Amino acid sequence: MKFIDVLQFALGSLRGSRARTLLMILAMSIGVAAVVVLTGLGEGARRYVVNQFSSLGTNLLIVFPGRTETAGFGPGMLVGQIPREITLDDAQALLRSRAIGRIAPLTVGASQISKDALNREVAVLGSTADLLEVRHMNLGQGQFLPAGDVHASESVCVLGAKLKRELFGQQNAIGAWVRLGDRRFRVIGVLALQGESMGFNTDEIVIVPVASAHMLFNTSGLFRILVEAKSRDAIAQAKHDAEQIMSERHNGERDVTVITQDAVLATFDRILRALTLAVGGIAAISLSVAGILIMNVMLIAVSQRVREIGLLKALGAPAAQIRNLFFAEAILLSGIGSVAGLILGEIGTRVIAQIYPALPVSAPWWAVLAAFGTALGTGILFSVWPARRAARLDPVMALARS
Amino acid sequence: MIELNRVSRSFTVGDQQVAALRDIDLNIAAGDYVSIMGPSGSGKSTLLNLIGLLDRPSSGTYRLDGGNVTDLSDEQQARVRSEKVGFVFQAFHLVPRLTAAMNIELPLILAGIPAAERKARVAELLENYGLADRADHRPDQLSGGQRQRVAIARATSMRPTVLLADEPTGNLDQTTGKEVMNLLEQLVAQQVTLIVVTHDPAIGGRAARQVRMVDGQITGESNSSASP
Repeated sequence: MKFIDVLQFALGSLRGSRARTLLMILAMSIGVAAVVVLTGLGEGARRYVVNQFSSLGTNLLIVFPGRTETAGFGPGMLVGQIPREITLDDAQALLRSRAIGRIAPLTVGASQISKDALNREVAVLGSTADLLEVRHMNLGQGQFLPAGDVHASESVCVLGAKLKRELFGQQNAIGAWVRLGDRRFRVIGVLALQGESMGFNTDEIVIVPVASAHMLFNTSGLFRILVEAKSRDAIAQAKHDAEQIMSERHNGERDVTVITQDAVLATFDRILRALTLAVGGIAAISLSVAGILIMNVMLIAVSQRVREIGLLKALGAPAAQIRNLFFAEAILLSGIGSVAGLILGEIGTRVIAQIYPALPVSAPWWAVLAAFGTALGTGILFSVWPARRAARLDPVMALARS
Repeated sequence: MIELNRVSRSFTVGDQQVAALRDIDLNIAAGDYVSIMGPSGSGKSTLLNLIGLLDRPSSGTYRLDGGNVTDLSDEQQARVRSEKVGFVFQAFHLVPRLTAAMNIELPLILAGIPAAERKARVAELLENYGLADRADHRPDQLSGGQRQRVAIARATSMRPTVLLADEPTGNLDQTTGKEVMNLLEQLVAQQVTLIVVTHDPAIGGRAARQVRMVDGQITGESNSSASP
């Protein structure tokens, strides 16, 4: 018997009992769709968290002076040493690493800002042009700090959105002068309103070139260096390089701490992936239930078609052929059911995506593959017994059955 | 052609052995027309199933076309059935979801014959049995006579040398039954060995050679002069 004939015969008998076939396909497709939708939801939650983190800046590392030792007893503690400060040149040196894309040195301080008669206390952030990109800030108006020599202490500043409103109201601030401490700065840009993130409310700060901040506060050290690795994979290398470069510049002493945003993210990632696997596994149970259903229905099919099986044997079909016919039927059933389930799952995920646009729901490729594979696998596995039973029927008894 | 030598067949019913056939000796030559008659339970259907290789004897030997087919494996039996034996049943045994043409095609499909050749043979058979205009009808859209014609066409589609008919007219009225018998008897003229099992003397009497069975044994045999 030719393969194509086996398929056609199996299709014919599936078409012969429409209700049974449709119900089976329904059960199978619900199982597959459940896996697709639930893993899609889990994966969506994971990506949502990842996205939230990347909105702070992607592939971010933070370098700060001093080394937090959770155990041990450093020699510095005996003499009351304070850690050596990180200089602007230290920060620039980090760019030597091939894993590091951009850096933004940070100096912070508090100062009095005044415009005409209005004045208030304000957090001053000294940084460079790259800060905008590294921290994923959005500019509302004007331009950000000028690129170029980081040592140039230009008297320009960028205002946080709320600060600008307080000082200027609805008036145009670009080009106006404000006083910070004992220096005058020209406003060249205003940040877009973006709220608090990573402990800073950027709406109420003023950003000035890092060299200007140093002059303003009469310091030379940096509070932090924000480092952006070139890619997610480069984070570990960037961390290693940053520690290496800093220790080279500090006479071999490892006196800075480098933390990665990725470390926190990785934990979330692991938790949510486990969650996705768990719900996917629960959904897979419904798939195996569908498999048992297939077995049940195939067994019924065998006993309903005893006479047909007897006839096929009388017409010269060996046992193996009859087994293959029932196998083909089960594979077709679960195959069609799986495809229908994938379509159903896709529709389901789209509907959820419509209802919750913030959640990036989409089933990971491995879950789709696993659902399809499990469906086909259970279909085949659970049809082994019915198919064998059909093949073993005694033709004389089968034909005599009325 | 068919040689049965001291063939017995017994079944286990509960804890008892019931003999359906006892020491049957039967030789049938190629192209013979034989009827096997007897009351129900006389073992005539069991004998037919044995000859058709749907069953195996408990003891004795069975030679078909000179070869010993007593102890063939399941698969070998199936091949012999496919190539040499055609069955016609009382209950027609047509597959209800398949059209007349597809029912006739079934043995050819199972034997793995190419589609083009299948179509040609089926068309020829439909023509020969006057079913050309019924080709796309399903069994429930056919009359009893038409159904049995489809069944005969199916039984002959693989051009068997032996045709086994178990009460072929049992579900038909007398006129239709006669028509069906005529069709079967035409095959004898084409050198097919025809064996008909029946309890109806009118049908059995048409055969050239008549075997009578009672209680699993052959009790008598006669040759009819009125053979076709």
